Amino acid sequence: MEPERRVDYLNVDYGVRSWLLTTDHKRIAILYLVSITIMFVIGGLSAVAIRLELLTPAGDVFQADTYNKLFTMHGVMMIFFFLIPSIPAVLGNFLLPLMIGARDLAFPRLNLLSWYIFVVAGLLTLYAMITGGVDTGWTFYTPYSTAAATTKVIPVAVGVFINGFSSILTGLNFIVTIHTMRAPGLTWFRLPLFVWTHYATSIIMVLGTPVIAITVALLGLERGFHIGIFDPALGGDPVLFQHLFWFYSHPAVYIMILPSMGVISELVTCFARKKLYGYTVVAGASFGIAFLGFLVWGHHMFTSSQSVLSGMIFSFLSMAVAIPSAVKVFNWTATLYRGSIAWSAPMLYALGFIGLFTIGGLTGIMLASIGLDIHVHDTYFVVAHFHYIMVGGAIMGYLGGLHFWWPKMTGRMYPETLARIAGLIVFLGFNLTFFPQFVLGYLGMPRRYHAYPEEFQVLNVLSTAGASVLGVGYLLPLLYLTWSLRYGARAPANPWGAAGLEWQTTSPPPTENFATTPIVTRDAYDYHEAAAPVSEVLVRG
Amino acid sequence: MADATHAGHAHHFDDALQQRDASTLGMWIFLVTEVMFFGGLFTAYVAYRALYPDAFAHASHHLDVTLGTFNTAVLITSSLTMALAVWSAETGRRGMLLLTLLLTAALGAVFLVVKGFEYAEKFSHHLVPGPSFHWPEAAEAPHVQLFYSLYFAMTGLHALHMVIGLGILTWLVLGARRGRFGPAYATPVQVSGLYWHFVDIVWIFLFPLLYLIGRH
Repeated sequence: MEPERRVDYLNVDYGVRSWLLTTDHKRIAILYLVSITIMFVIGGLSAVAIRLELLTPAGDVFQADTYNKLFTMHGVMMIFFFLIPSIPAVLGNFLLPLMIGARDLAFPRLNLLSWYIFVVAGLLTLYAMITGGVDTGWTFYTPYSTAAATTKVIPVAVGVFINGFSSILTGLNFIVTIHTMRAPGLTWFRLPLFVWTHYATSIIMVLGTPVIAITVALLGLERGFHIGIFDPALGGDPVLFQHLFWFYSHPAVYIMILPSMGVISELVTCFARKKLYGYTVVAGASFGIAFLGFLVWGHHMFTSSQSVLSGMIFSFLSMAVAIPSAVKVFNWTATLYRGSIAWSAPMLYALGFIGLFTIGGLTGIMLASIGLDIHVHDTYFVVAHFHYIMVGGAIMGYLGGLHFWWPKMTGRMYPETLARIAGLIVFLGFNLTFFPQFVLGYLGMPRRYHAYPEEFQVLNVLSTAGASVLGVGYLLPLLYLTWSLRYGARAPANPWGAAGLEWQTTSPPPTENFATTPIVTRDAYDYHEAAAPVSEVLVRG
Repeated sequence: MADATHAGHAHHFDDALQQRDASTLGMWIFLVTEVMFFGGLFTAYVAYRALYPDAFAHASHHLDVTLGTFNTAVLITSSLTMALAVWSAETGRRGMLLLTLLLTAALGAVFLVVKGFEYAEKFSHHLVPGPSFHWPEAAEAPHVQLFYSLYFAMTGLHALHMVIGLGILTWLVLGARRGRFGPAYATPVQVSGLYWHFVDIVWIFLFPLLYLIGRH
């Protein structure tokens, strides 16, 4: 029997204008999905170029200057234009209103504006990258960036500046939405952890991003108009730049990882069929991480002129971040304990996240201790550490979440077996790429050089081989998810039997999300009464 | 920020009250981001003031306290007229609303004009950072220039916010003329008022930091 054509947010209008002028949070999420995927590909290709150069000890593929531009492009694209918007702007945008039973975010037009700001900033940065590039590294350290560099620092700084407002508006929108738009009965402690972590992330976006904005603005003024703020020759102090830069850029790491942690909480509960162990503590831990995250920036500056006393305080506080992080890892593990575990593709990513994040976190404690940090400062040990957090953590969570909510977003199922294989390839490729870098760094290989001594070659070849495997692992989802848009099986409203409110509406949802405003009568993750269908979340007129 | 174009509420809100709460909270959070935005500059100022107290005090003596005090009075008065505008909107006094909005805009414009004269005076005395900067005592010249870099960055950013504020006021005046605002729909006037007061408060901090400290 031919089912009646149901109007949803995707087929309601196919015109280009209906996409470019949409204020529907779900469509804006799709716009973001497409844009950040392009940025990910660009950032990924520059990573390929970096690994290619490092295959051999001699600097034989690129010249040193080109190599500097490549790792800068990789860092700027991946951090500002992929990782920071990734989960919040795509999954958060799509899911937040659905999860709290709202018809949209509080400020739909502001939401669209933030996407346009992102696009303008991205295009400007890309333009600068293509027409000359930047060689300062994504950190733009002064006085090199303001007095010495001859590359396109100002256009990229302006791009990063503009992009910050996209982040600020998204965070502002999320906070207001969570406060004012929750469905009747959805009390604070019934919220899914995905919502809690996005709340904590939004606080960081709102408090941290303006500081990087004013910092790069001052950098631009100094470079363009010789207004001395950071350049010692003009009376300034370059360490002030580092303070201001890391005041945002360290919390930015938590903008990347916290939303991912929210995704993991959703995945672990759904595929272990259990209530989250210690819900309140896990929710609170997000704020613990967000709060401590603002007090640890000095651990990036142990080798600057920072005083020994501040170094020790920053060291202690950085180690303290391990506490709320470990709370989360232990509680996910406790949730898995005696759970009825399904090894679905999203769950594989979640389990991968827990392992890789733990390694990234533990090496973070090593780096927080001043003595060891001075030994491995600016080596591949640091590179490996933050890739375990940002790629092993944030991207694993993003991919897991993308698979989990793909049926809801597109109305189509992805090929499960292929997805599981891809997940395993990503996990293996990731470890092969980055584990050797821990060893390389510990042996003393510095980052940001295009040539290295011959004794480092074996480990570098392993890393480059791993990068190729990882590349295949990323290419597969790109291909089969695209394929599924046309050929995938039609998704039911709730293919996973998940408890969240977003699964109560159809897949894909109608423009107004819910036919009638849902009234919530249960806690999140109520998987315990196995017999009880998820639809006990009552839908009333 | 509100999506409504009339006295009702946008489709995704349940009622006008929810919409008003959202708009007000949104503006407060925006002001928090503004505090952090200016905060970076204040941090730089505090750090350098502590490092080079004498040079900063000498540099500060070349600011015109009379004009600065006059401008402070102008801005505080404009906050009063803005508060009256909010009250007029909430109580449905349309003529009074239009008058107070126009007065607020006029006072804001006066502030900017006076600021412009101050800037021009700095140009003619070679106190603008850059190639033409000149300070008789070579030893402290770089740090005096640092003071003026921060002076122009901070007051310039503040002036930019004033210009944006004048734009918002113009938009409010146009709306008030068509009678859009009243007791049922005063949110735009209220949240714009929050913004205007914030910009004033920034100046309340800038004035003593730049003009008064170190002046005995």
